[in-house]
Amino acid sequence: MATRIQFENSSDIGVFSKLTNTYCLTAIQASTNFYSAFESELGDVIPIVHTTIAGTRIVGRMTAGNRHGLLVPSTTTDQELQHLRNSLPDPVAIQRVEERLSALGNVVACNDYIALVHPEIDRETEEIIADVLKVEVFRQTIADNVLVGSYCAISNQGGLVHPKTSIQDQNELSSLLQVPIVAGTVNRGSDVIGAGLVVNDWCAFTGLDTTATEISVIEAAFKLQGQNSSAIIGEMRDSLIDNWA
Amino acid sequence: MEFIPGPAVTRVLCADCGTPIVPNSANLCVACLRNTVDITEGIPKQSSVSFCRNCERFLSPPQAWILARPESQELLALCLKRLKGLNKVRLTEAHFIWTEPHSRRLRVSLTIQKEVLTSTILEQVFEIEYLVHNTQCSDCARLAAKNTWKALVQVRQKVSHKRTFLFLEQLILKHGAQKDTISVKEVRDGLDFFYSQRSHAIKMVEFLNGIVPVRSKNSEQLLSTDTHSNTANYKFTYSVEIAPICKDDLVCIPFKQARTLSNISPLTICTRVGASFQLLDVSTLQSVEISSQIFWRSPFSALAGVTDLVEFTVLDVEPVGTSRGRWVLADAQVALAGAFRSHTGTHGNSEMEMDYETAAESTQIFHTRTHLGAILQPGDTAMGYYLSSSNFNSDDFAKLPADRIPDIILVKKAYPNRRKKGKARNWKLRSIAKEEGEEGETGGGRGVVGRTGGRDQKKVDEDYELFLRDLEEDPELRGAVNLYKAEDVKMKEGRDVGQRRRNGQYGMDVDEEARDAEGTTANGEEEEEEPDFPEVGLDELLEDFDEMTLQDAA
Repeated sequence: MATRIQFENSSDIGVFSKLTNTYCLTAIQASTNFYSAFESELGDVIPIVHTTIAGTRIVGRMTAGNRHGLLVPSTTTDQELQHLRNSLPDPVAIQRVEERLSALGNVVACNDYIALVHPEIDRETEEIIADVLKVEVFRQTIADNVLVGSYCAISNQGGLVHPKTSIQDQNELSSLLQVPIVAGTVNRGSDVIGAGLVVNDWCAFTGLDTTATEISVIEAAFKLQGQNSSAIIGEMRDSLIDNWA
Repeated sequence: MEFIPGPAVTRVLCADCGTPIVPNSANLCVACLRNTVDITEGIPKQSSVSFCRNCERFLSPPQAWILARPESQELLALCLKRLKGLNKVRLTEAHFIWTEPHSRRLRVSLTIQKEVLTSTILEQVFEIEYLVHNTQCSDCARLAAKNTWKALVQVRQKVSHKRTFLFLEQLILKHGAQKDTISVKEVRDGLDFFYSQRSHAIKMVEFLNGIVPVRSKNSEQLLSTDTHSNTANYKFTYSVEIAPICKDDLVCIPFKQARTLSNISPLTICTRVGASFQLLDVSTLQSVEISSQIFWRSPFSALAGVTDLVEFTVLDVEPVGTSRGRWVLADAQVALAGAFRSHTGTHGNSEMEMDYETAAESTQIFHTRTHLGAILQPGDTAMGYYLSSSNFNSDDFAKLPADRIPDIILVKKAYPNRRKKGKARNWKLRSIAKEEGEEGETGGGRGVVGRTGGRDQKKVDEDYELFLRDLEEDPELRGAVNLYKAEDVKMKEGRDVGQRRRNGQYGMDVDEEARDAEGTTANGEEEEEEPDFPEVGLDELLEDFDEMTLQDAA
């Protein structure tokens, strides 16, 4: 299910939150509305962490992460790092990255297997990403934008990219990621997908401006609505095979 | 042939309606974009323009009324100016849509562009309807209320002739002082000048102050007032009275006043009128300048005017030796003109005879002292006041001791023979614009003055002729006005013809001096013209009279 939420009257919720399959980061706010919206959806499934990164609230743009790990910029304070360490589950690795492009959320887009990165990112950073997040790293652009993290959102189920991404590029990306890729918008026509949408394998949060059409596109792209028949069969088969094999 | 599909086009769903569209900067389909943002917002769809039915002009706010044809550029500009929010959008096209004139509607189609959201420019065509309101413009309102003028200058001179006004008209023309005048009306004893603004009237009064001895009074009449805005609407009237003394007038200054004016002899003639006027005592050449302030402190009037002048023949002139400026004091012996035209003579010169019935007196020879010693020659004709035969109704004159009153005061030299020819002048004058309904007459004489039917036409003509003679005989006066060439009259021709004719009659060569001497004795059948007649020189005249004819002021 995709949920529409707002952070202090801003629809760019991807700036203030980070969602993965094993944890969720949210910015600190005077009220807890934003946090509560996540809490009601994610409940006890995954931990939701209130934090700042380097003293700022733009946690979604500063960090990059997936089920395996979390990368934070070098400006993150020790205290914040300690807080994250205490709050996140043990299997999640946390790593500070000495990277000139310190807004890691903007330059890295990843699911649990693949990461797309800014073409000019450091080789060392690339290696850290590969090691910590346990992903294959590809230097990519999306619709000629180098900020891959800003202009796409990907999960293990699918991906939403900048509306002007050509079919050719979409095909290329989808073959890299091995998931279907859809071009679309969030927040009523905004093309900054990463800022308007946070998504993991079973739920998504979008800005409050997002229209029904966009929600339906997002749900279809990330396979969030009720499982269709083929998916059920596929899953059943997998579980049957698991059970019986 | 195989079908080769073209490169696939990326499409996204419109964020609002879900239609697949080519992604644009708003990522909305055009219809949805139109629905959400209205770029014509803030531009009124209906407006009105004011139209004056009388003069067919449109109001261009706030004040101006402009002439604009239907569906013209000017009208479109005016319509667009009425719209308020037009400065926030880019106007790419505007044109009129035809409407039936009686519908009192104007319809304008506009095409505007405006940037919406981020870097999305939307273009839209829409119509605006203007209601044409009938209103009366301020000019027409004033015309309808018969309230066309705001200031009036009443110029008056209480004398029996109009020569001063004829001269004034020429001065006004020369200085272009009639420029702002709405209309000029002749009334008893003067002229009324009408103006649309008070300042124009004040300018006229100042102008008159500079050229004639006047006193002026002003008054105002309240037409309307608005206590809320603290404004009032007045009509201003300036009454300008010109001193009733003209050139060549005989003036008897009150005795007391004569004493204060450097003790001049009270009986004087006026030699010049400007902003002040000059009085001359002909027997001593003492002259005094009287400014308008001094005059109006205790005004006096003229004893006799130009019409009272009598023609005299000069018998002898003997300069006394005193001279001042152009005046030379001289003793003169004169007799009434026609005194020596014999009643028994063969020449039937009946008009001359009729001048004075008192034949006994007519042969009398008078001895007088004159200031015209420089220009009078024996045999000349001169105009003068015949005091001993006149009866003046004046206290000041009566108080004068009888022994100090001369029999005759000569005023100016006359040119009767020249006048008798009745030949056309080679110059003419302009006149101030005609009033409505008048035929455009130029140069034929009277302009503003003497056009109304109230006055006797013959007297008007007489005044005009006298004025023209004054101009001819006084180069100083002539310098103050503009003279124009008359097309059809040749210079000097009449004189040449006269000489040739005379030569033919005598049939022999006579040298110039002898001929002149003979001429001046006036014994021939054809009298010789005066040789010193002040001819108006060709170089004094201005060209292109007709092109400079004034347009109707209305």
